[in-house]
Amino acid sequence: MAVLTEEQSMLRDAAKSWVQEKSPVTAFRKMRDSGAELGYDAAAWNEMAEMGWAGVIIPEEYGGSDFGYLSLGLILEETGRTLTASPLLASALGAASALVLGGSDAQKQAWLPKIAEGSAVATLAVDEGPHHAPDKVATTVAGGKLSGRKVFVLEGMAADVFVVSAKAGDAIELYLVKADAPGVSRQRLSLADSRGAANVTFENVAVSDADKLSGGSALLEKTLDRARAGISAEMLGAALQAFEVTLDYLKTRVQFGQVIGSFQALQHRAAKMFTELELSRSAVEAALTAIDNDAPDVPELVSLAKAKMGDTFHLVSNEMVQMHGGIGMTDAHDAGFYLKRARAAEAAFGNQAYHRDRYARLQGY
Amino acid sequence: MADFGGTDLEAFRAEVRAFVEANFPASLKGKNPMMREERAKPTPDMEAWRKAVGERGWGTPTWPKQYGGGGLSPAEARVIQGEFARAGAYNPIGGMGVMMFGPTLLEYGNEAQKAEHIPPICRGDIQWCQGFSEPGAGSDLASLATKCEDKGDHYEINGSKIWTSGAQWADWCFCLVRTDTSKKHEGISFVLFTMHQPGVEVRPIPLIAGSSPFCETFFTDARAEKKDLVGPLNGGWTIAKRLLQHERSGLTGAGGSGMAGGAKSLEDMAKDYVGVDEQGRIDDQDLRMRIARNAMDWRAFQQTAMRVMSESKGNSGPSTASSILKNAGTQLMQEKHELALEVMGHQGLGWEGEAFKPEELAAVRGWLFGKAFTIYGGSQEVQSNIVSKRILGLPDLTQSK
Ligand SMILES: Cc1cc2nc3c(=O)[nH]c(=O)nc-3n(C[C@H](O)[C@H](O)[C@H](O)COP(=O)(O)OP(=O)(O)OC[C@H]3O[C@@H](n4cnc5c(N)ncnc54)[C@H](O)[C@@H]3O)c2cc1C
Ligand SMILES: Cc1cc2nc3c(=O)[nH]c(=O)nc-3n(C[C@H](O)[C@H](O)[C@H](O)COP(=O)(O)OP(=O)(O)OC[C@H]3O[C@@H](n4cnc5c(N)ncnc54)[C@H](O)[C@@H]3O)c2cc1C
Repeated sequence: MAVLTEEQSMLRDAAKSWVQEKSPVTAFRKMRDSGAELGYDAAAWNEMAEMGWAGVIIPEEYGGSDFGYLSLGLILEETGRTLTASPLLASALGAASALVLGGSDAQKQAWLPKIAEGSAVATLAVDEGPHHAPDKVATTVAGGKLSGRKVFVLEGMAADVFVVSAKAGDAIELYLVKADAPGVSRQRLSLADSRGAANVTFENVAVSDADKLSGGSALLEKTLDRARAGISAEMLGAALQAFEVTLDYLKTRVQFGQVIGSFQALQHRAAKMFTELELSRSAVEAALTAIDNDAPDVPELVSLAKAKMGDTFHLVSNEMVQMHGGIGMTDAHDAGFYLKRARAAEAAFGNQAYHRDRYARLQGY
Repeated sequence: MADFGGTDLEAFRAEVRAFVEANFPASLKGKNPMMREERAKPTPDMEAWRKAVGERGWGTPTWPKQYGGGGLSPAEARVIQGEFARAGAYNPIGGMGVMMFGPTLLEYGNEAQKAEHIPPICRGDIQWCQGFSEPGAGSDLASLATKCEDKGDHYEINGSKIWTSGAQWADWCFCLVRTDTSKKHEGISFVLFTMHQPGVEVRPIPLIAGSSPFCETFFTDARAEKKDLVGPLNGGWTIAKRLLQHERSGLTGAGGSGMAGGAKSLEDMAKDYVGVDEQGRIDDQDLRMRIARNAMDWRAFQQTAMRVMSESKGNSGPSTASSILKNAGTQLMQEKHELALEVMGHQGLGWEGEAFKPEELAAVRGWLFGKAFTIYGGSQEVQSNIVSKRILGLPDLTQSK
């Protein structure tokens, strides 16, 4: 565990107790069963925002606390444990990063305070095909009109504003597009992990220079790296919880007159998972810390964190089902939730293969 | 048996082809409703096809003719399989009766039991379910506790089973029960009884894949007839182990078909979803290598299955190598499901709705259900224990058999 400041420790402890009391996995299950259109519980999101969690990376002058990415990562780790679904990742981390890094004062004034208080949801609309490919952009801006189609937009149904990547001439730029702007339509996605997402179509949506963020493709990559590190922190929490629940089962389920955890075939795999989780924590914390320090090696550290965390969550979620036997296959058990969340999180903002390739490229091979 | 010179087989092939042409309803082409819930509510076409195949015993081609089987050689059985596949037809005679119970009863049942229970399996009239696992008896199956008492003219059964696949649609149950509490393995008996009786209650359990193909099954003074005890009293464990061998080889065999993503091969899917480079290679080196590894392992697995088959000359029943086939095959299948999902990317995360193609949704459900392959029929770990103990001669720390 990284060395935390007093503020960070307090934040983490507050997150831990709120999540356990107010947002256990049963809350996620209830949300899933209700078929909630947004893919999250709005009342819970309000509580999270009231505690200031939506403003952790937002500067104080725009209504945030400016505690930084490691701090937000601590919260995401806790919410990840119980699979809490909320716009924390998409809005308070992803889209907020784009505004903080590339917004004009007016743009920041318009959106950041609302994002920080949770009254507006913003999200990144980047991918256009089945795989994360931020440099493949067919969405265009020409003659003041933005047109294109974005897929798998997290919290796309809840969003008040999209941060849309689009080609203006040869350059990739980011634009703020309001969800209620004429020409915007969205299709809700019913995903295996029950989280909120949408495909969003933009048809000749009017945009001006006032809607453009500054920074182009460099801003996009910086923003994505923040989102990737954030989702990695959330995955860390989920994988830890999946592991702990499984470990508990190994200590209680009896077959052949002994707890199944006495079988070395399972012990060694538990030890392996523990090892991978420790390695993953280091990678995730290093990425978040590098972002806070604005270090030059953010991209490679982020790719390391996302790839490592993806492999670990993949492993742990599979083992959770396998080691639970029949009960792990039932919908009434939580194992399936972790399995589904794992694959969705792996695919978001680039899967392991994407980030291994990116890492190698960044290292020059 | 006939001499299987090419001419005999070719004549037989022509006969099968003509039969398929005359009897297989076009509406069913390319479908396989056997693994799904729709089997419980068959259409008239499904019923007609089942009756046509069942009458000839061709759904159970190698089973003895006197009990309704085809009485055919393995070579002829392969001809039927080949001709069905060629016409896009499925085998409408299936389920646990065919896969595991029938072969076991043919070996261990008495004459009257075979005459009563085998023909309806061959015709597809009766569906069977497997009452083995209990909440406290999974991998340690022999610790089962469902009680069976001798009531003079019949047996009375009390207790519960869990994970009973298809219990809600089954007509009969082959069940492991405890008839002696003073011994573990030697206190288990193998009985058969109808599911259509007041003492049997089933409660479907939803799976992570969304459907509810298995159940909790409760017995309250359920009745089994004396004639339906298979093998000797307290002699059920030997029969159960034989049945599990059939189950394992059956599960392994299922690997050849029913892969995620429908008819398209994984590599072709990858070309579509990921794209190709100038040389036509899948445009993601990491993914491409993993697809190649899975494909190559799959070939080696099939080569092994063929070798096992030829070594056992097709007539000595499942060999000990069935244990390695189950683990090898099921793991490769799971790996392939994972790869299919990864290939589809965001499109491989859908649960329902029009934003996803049917084959994309099927891949997700298949991936989830596929997690059961390494759990049922003896978990992957239990299989490895069996290999270690029986084949490698390593000592055993548990009492698993
Ligand atoms: C390069 C080298 C340097 C060494 N330096 C030193 C040194 O400086 N000082 C010193 O005292 N010793 C040293 N050793 C010895 C080393 O500690 C022993 O080799 C080691 O403890 C294993 O014991 P063993 O060789 O008797 O193998 P065994 O204990 O017989 O093990 C054989 C195999 O069984 C496995 N195994 C054993 N027990 C279990 C179990 N309970 N569960 C699962 N698997 C098990 C082992 O992992 C191994 O694969 C050295 C060994 C090597 C190879
Ligand atoms: C989809 C599905 C369908 C099924 N259909 C049927 C059916 O029709 N009829 C029926 O009777 N049963 C059925 N089963 C039950 C299945 O046979 C059991 O789930 C299986 O035997 C495992 O038992 P369990 O679930 O109690 O897990 P447990 O035995 O509790 O196992 C939990 C974990 O511990 C591991 N473990 C246990 N013992 C050892 C050991 N000695 N060494 C190492 N690891 C060990 C297991 O491998 C597993 O990973 C079905 C199961 C599933 C998932």
